[in-house]
Amino acid sequence: MKKVLSLSATITLSLLLMIGCSSTPTTEGGAEVSEQSTGAGSEMGAEGSEASTSAASQGEEWYGDPLENPNSLLATRVIYFDYDQSVVRSDYLEVIQAHADYLAANPQAVVRLEGHADERGTREYNLGLGENRANSVRSLMMAQGVADNQMVVVSYGEERPSAFDNTDEAMALNRRVELVY
Amino acid sequence: MKKIFLMLLVFLACHSIVKAELTIEITEGVEGALPIAVVPFGTPGRGQPAVDLAEVINADLQRSGRFKTIPRADMLSRPTSDREVEFKDWRALGVENLVVGQVESTGAGTYQVQFQLLDVYRGQQLSGYSIPTTASNLRNTAHRIADIIYESLLGIPGAFSTRVAYITSTRLADGKSRIGLNVADADGHNPETIVTSSEPLMSPAWSPDGMKIAYVSFEGGQSAVYVQGVYTGKRQKVTSFKGINGAPSWSPDGRKLALTLSKGGNPDIYIYDMRSRKLQQITRHYSIDTEPAWSPDGKSLVFTSDRGGKPQIYRVSAFGGKAQRVTFENSYNARASFSPDGKLLTFVTQDEGNYRIAVQDLKTGVMQVLSQGRLDESPSFAPNGSMIIYGAKAGRRGVLAAVSTDGRVRQRLALQEGDVREPDWSPFKK
Repeated sequence: MKKVLSLSATITLSLLLMIGCSSTPTTEGGAEVSEQSTGAGSEMGAEGSEASTSAASQGEEWYGDPLENPNSLLATRVIYFDYDQSVVRSDYLEVIQAHADYLAANPQAVVRLEGHADERGTREYNLGLGENRANSVRSLMMAQGVADNQMVVVSYGEERPSAFDNTDEAMALNRRVELVY
Repeated sequence: MKKIFLMLLVFLACHSIVKAELTIEITEGVEGALPIAVVPFGTPGRGQPAVDLAEVINADLQRSGRFKTIPRADMLSRPTSDREVEFKDWRALGVENLVVGQVESTGAGTYQVQFQLLDVYRGQQLSGYSIPTTASNLRNTAHRIADIIYESLLGIPGAFSTRVAYITSTRLADGKSRIGLNVADADGHNPETIVTSSEPLMSPAWSPDGMKIAYVSFEGGQSAVYVQGVYTGKRQKVTSFKGINGAPSWSPDGRKLALTLSKGGNPDIYIYDMRSRKLQQITRHYSIDTEPAWSPDGKSLVFTSDRGGKPQIYRVSAFGGKAQRVTFENSYNARASFSPDGKLLTFVTQDEGNYRIAVQDLKTGVMQVLSQGRLDESPSFAPNGSMIIYGAKAGRRGVLAAVSTDGRVRQRLALQEGDVREPDWSPFKK
């Protein structure tokens, strides 16, 4: 338990550091529409974190592969981002910590961090934005002791949307990093 | 522990798989367009041609927005050479120029095409040619004739016998997508799919000789830049470094590719020499540097960078060095490319919350927004500089649109199904 606490302290610290030195601002669009969509983004995040909180109450013992435990934080494989941001939101730190713990305990395991962007902005620029998001997750994991060679960063930019509508909600679903084992 | 290996299916095809034609609709034309009549060509002898050449020429001229064509039903006579023309009849119709011609069968699948461009008011021939062709080249011959007419009357070369490369995406019943890299004639006919993949394909770019296309493919589970022969189907993997391999752009001499690589930790611009296979790093900045494009003289590159906070266009020498910011007008400007004469840049700009196509005069710095969509992207100049083709949205569907460089003529091109995006207009045929 103590270890967990110190880990989350480290995660919080590294997040603060990342926010502090977010000298590489990223954009999918500009200021004009940002407020609306940020709202939508937070809503999405709230849903996401709700799902992971309920998962955190580990009901019964799980004897199989921890990756396949539906009640584990490891079951959360998508991290959503706010509009115009590649900094990981604090509500995802527990999830990232769970994945980092798993990878640190299983040094042979490899995860693909697939970064995505919504459809606003140019395609090649969005490849860069998706990569920034995946790299944010990677940095947090590395701070938790995950080896560099356990993570593969791939950006798909806006090329593989998970939602196809042009609503703010759909765009929020597309601003994401997927963890693929 | 469980590893998931992605099963990636890529089919390469030299021949057309999907024969979905693009249809073109002129949404806005120019006032004061030149009135012209293209009379149906005579077809003496046996072996009737399968293509109505006059119709193809007529459609080309009309699509350019620079001509007002006369419907066939209004024609009082159908001359096939200047000797049969009653100029006063055409003057009465308000026609200033007249195109007459003949397609004569000269053997099995071969034809001789003759045409004359006539000045109705002076009663004179402006140009006239006799062109041998084959059954499968009749449309091309018609486009060549339209090019000659365009140049004779407007003083700049026509771009009707050029082609357009573009990406299509079709969602299949099982939820997967089929992505295609295609080329079609500039009028949307003769579409051919040259690559299909279940994984994303991006950023097609014609080589300056019009023989090859560079593009980005994710078929290996991550991005890689390929160069493929348009007519041979032969292809070569150019870069597949760790991270992003993207945004290929040919140097004007066709010997180098500028591209984006993030192997150094973040996206930077590099130049890859096709012959020596050596890489030269052009930008070195912790921000996103991407979307390079060469100036027509090959001396400099423009690229997108968010080093100032938001994406803007910068210009740098092709040898590297200090980059200079070029765009200042809006908070988001990206994916620039030069007009063929090097005087203008076209790029995507954020205009009141919408992403639109703009041009900027490099000498005066004056920017003008040309398009009217919500998510317009990937602008590409026609090789004669007259039009800019770009990707737009019609509802949720990706469509291609074109606008004249002065913003006065608009066209929309749509496929029957699926998304169309990322058009790149070919160079002139050599």
